Amino acid sequence: MREPPLALQIRHPKDFYAGLIFMVVGVAALLIGRDYSLGTTTRMGPGYFPALLGALLTVLGLIISLRSLLLDGPAVGHIGFRPLVLILASMLAFAVLLEPAGLVIATAALIAIGCLGSVESRARDVIILSIALIAVALGLFVYGLGLPMKIWPGS
Amino acid sequence: MDLLANLSLGFAVALTLKNLAYCFLGVTLGTLIGVLPGIGPVATIAMLLPITFNLPPESALIMLAGIYYGAQYGGSTSAILVNMPGEASSVVTAMEGYQMARQGRAGAALAIAAIGSFFAGCVGTLLIASFAPPLAALAFKFGPPERFSLYVLGLVAAVVLAHGSLIKALAMISLGLLLGIIGTDVTSGTQRYTFGIPNLSDGIGFAIVAMGMFGIAEIIRSLEGVAKREVFTSNVTGLWPTREDLRASWKAILRGTGLGSLLGILPGGTAILGSFASYMLEKRLAGPSSKFGKGAIQGVAGPEAANNAAAQTSFIPMMTLGIPSNPVMALMVGAMIIQGIQPGPQVMTQRPELFWGMIASMWVGNVMLVLLNLPLIGIWVRLLKVPYRLLYPAILLFCCIGVYSLNNSVMDVMFAALFGLIGYVFIKLDCEPAPLLLAFVLGPMMEEELRRSVNTTRGDWMVFLNRPLSLSLLLVAAVLLLIIVAPNIRKKREEAFHE
Repeated sequence: MREPPLALQIRHPKDFYAGLIFMVVGVAALLIGRDYSLGTTTRMGPGYFPALLGALLTVLGLIISLRSLLLDGPAVGHIGFRPLVLILASMLAFAVLLEPAGLVIATAALIAIGCLGSVESRARDVIILSIALIAVALGLFVYGLGLPMKIWPGS
Repeated sequence: MDLLANLSLGFAVALTLKNLAYCFLGVTLGTLIGVLPGIGPVATIAMLLPITFNLPPESALIMLAGIYYGAQYGGSTSAILVNMPGEASSVVTAMEGYQMARQGRAGAALAIAAIGSFFAGCVGTLLIASFAPPLAALAFKFGPPERFSLYVLGLVAAVVLAHGSLIKALAMISLGLLLGIIGTDVTSGTQRYTFGIPNLSDGIGFAIVAMGMFGIAEIIRSLEGVAKREVFTSNVTGLWPTREDLRASWKAILRGTGLGSLLGILPGGTAILGSFASYMLEKRLAGPSSKFGKGAIQGVAGPEAANNAAAQTSFIPMMTLGIPSNPVMALMVGAMIIQGIQPGPQVMTQRPELFWGMIASMWVGNVMLVLLNLPLIGIWVRLLKVPYRLLYPAILLFCCIGVYSLNNSVMDVMFAALFGLIGYVFIKLDCEPAPLLLAFVLGPMMEEELRRSVNTTRGDWMVFLNRPLSLSLLLVAAVLLLIIVAPNIRKKREEAFHE
């Protein structure tokens, strides 16, 4: 399939999106950083370095994105949405549960949700892993290293 | 002689029962995570950072250093037996080592890897002991402009060694520097990019960024596909290389040690580069009629010596100049800051027991590693049979508990998840995370030196060019940049990374 010669199209998707991200972050850094004082020519303020970097990142991002319209490159490729969503969800569950419900329940939730992230996991694994890892976590971190952590809800 | 006096002070510290125990713990843990694919020294050290807060500084650094060079030993085991390098620096070892294993010579490959690593480790330790003091003496002459220029050089060197596109690495550095700004500005007290979140007013911890981008993102990436592993366990017999093996490999070990030591000292130097360079050198020297590609023992001996030598000498810029040359060193800097020690040349004079104790412990650790890796190889092999689906939940849990215990804050766990997401996106877009982490660590120091330099000269930016030391550092950085932009060298560099 031949494309019309002058049409702009994304030929290097990885670089295009990377450039876009850099640009967005750069511009955001500049906008948010407007409130920080740039200082005077003899005395650099807290806003100077961020402004410098924000501008640099924006320019670099722009170049990377523009270049991706000219250079060919591989597609972004398969994204593992299942592990991505479930691993992050398991961490959030751990974070949300740890302080109200304690280490045991938070760990069980982390393992149960986290195991769903792999297509190879079996129900038996979840149970064995939960028991083993709760024991290790309690033995090593709570009793061994004495980290102050709540273990059960209400305790 | 000074060197002897210093080393004996070091051994006095390293050989105390407590420090021997921490050294042993470090190298054992290092071997373990080196053997296991899917978790590297960066994530492990990040996980353990909060725990080291309660240890004396010597013990903390001895243990963390042990994890790093221990991982180089362990990485070769899984590279040889499973063709799955546990560490990036063992990728080359897998090429010849796995072929040797398939021919039933796994034992010889493992032994020569351990011997090469041990020899290189000893040389590396001696090199640190002899080169660190003069370098530190030089660094004492540095003022703020020189330190700023040095950081610029360090970051440029990090770009040179990142694979993939130069401009993306530069963007990752800018992003890392920006992330480093988050928090309260020390000079003016201004809250920058904190969005009113109290956890951010002290900045984001190194450990959180490192664990997210190197630990969590790596788990997600590993779960994308189904891993296939084939372990040559029954073949591990005859752990002693033949006289012929030794004759074929001793020169490769010497050359690998030299190359690795040299590349490790450079700011930005990593163990990976040393092993690649050594492999290419050995292959070229052996000629086209050699056994390369079919299990050449030189291809195991050279790179293994090189990666261990580089792992040792990469401590030199960190300990003398205070600039980390790779993510692990960045975390070591983090560990020192947690302990209230400002990394830099003053460490050697103000805390000689810390400095020399750590160096001596590296030699001690290398002895332990040989003992751990050769006679106990069976245990590590058995570990390789543990499927990843049982391993990653454990890694995930330890990451979460480690992050939480930094500040007893669940918000930090959420930030680690966020950096896991960011890290995964960058993996998918071929953006190397290592330059970002280096820049993140150097960012706050760099800004401070920049402001000091410019403020003392009342806004004269020429200060960086007027002072000879600063100028020469910037010139080296410029030359490095020019070298990678030059097309023919760039092509060679890509070849080196692809091979």
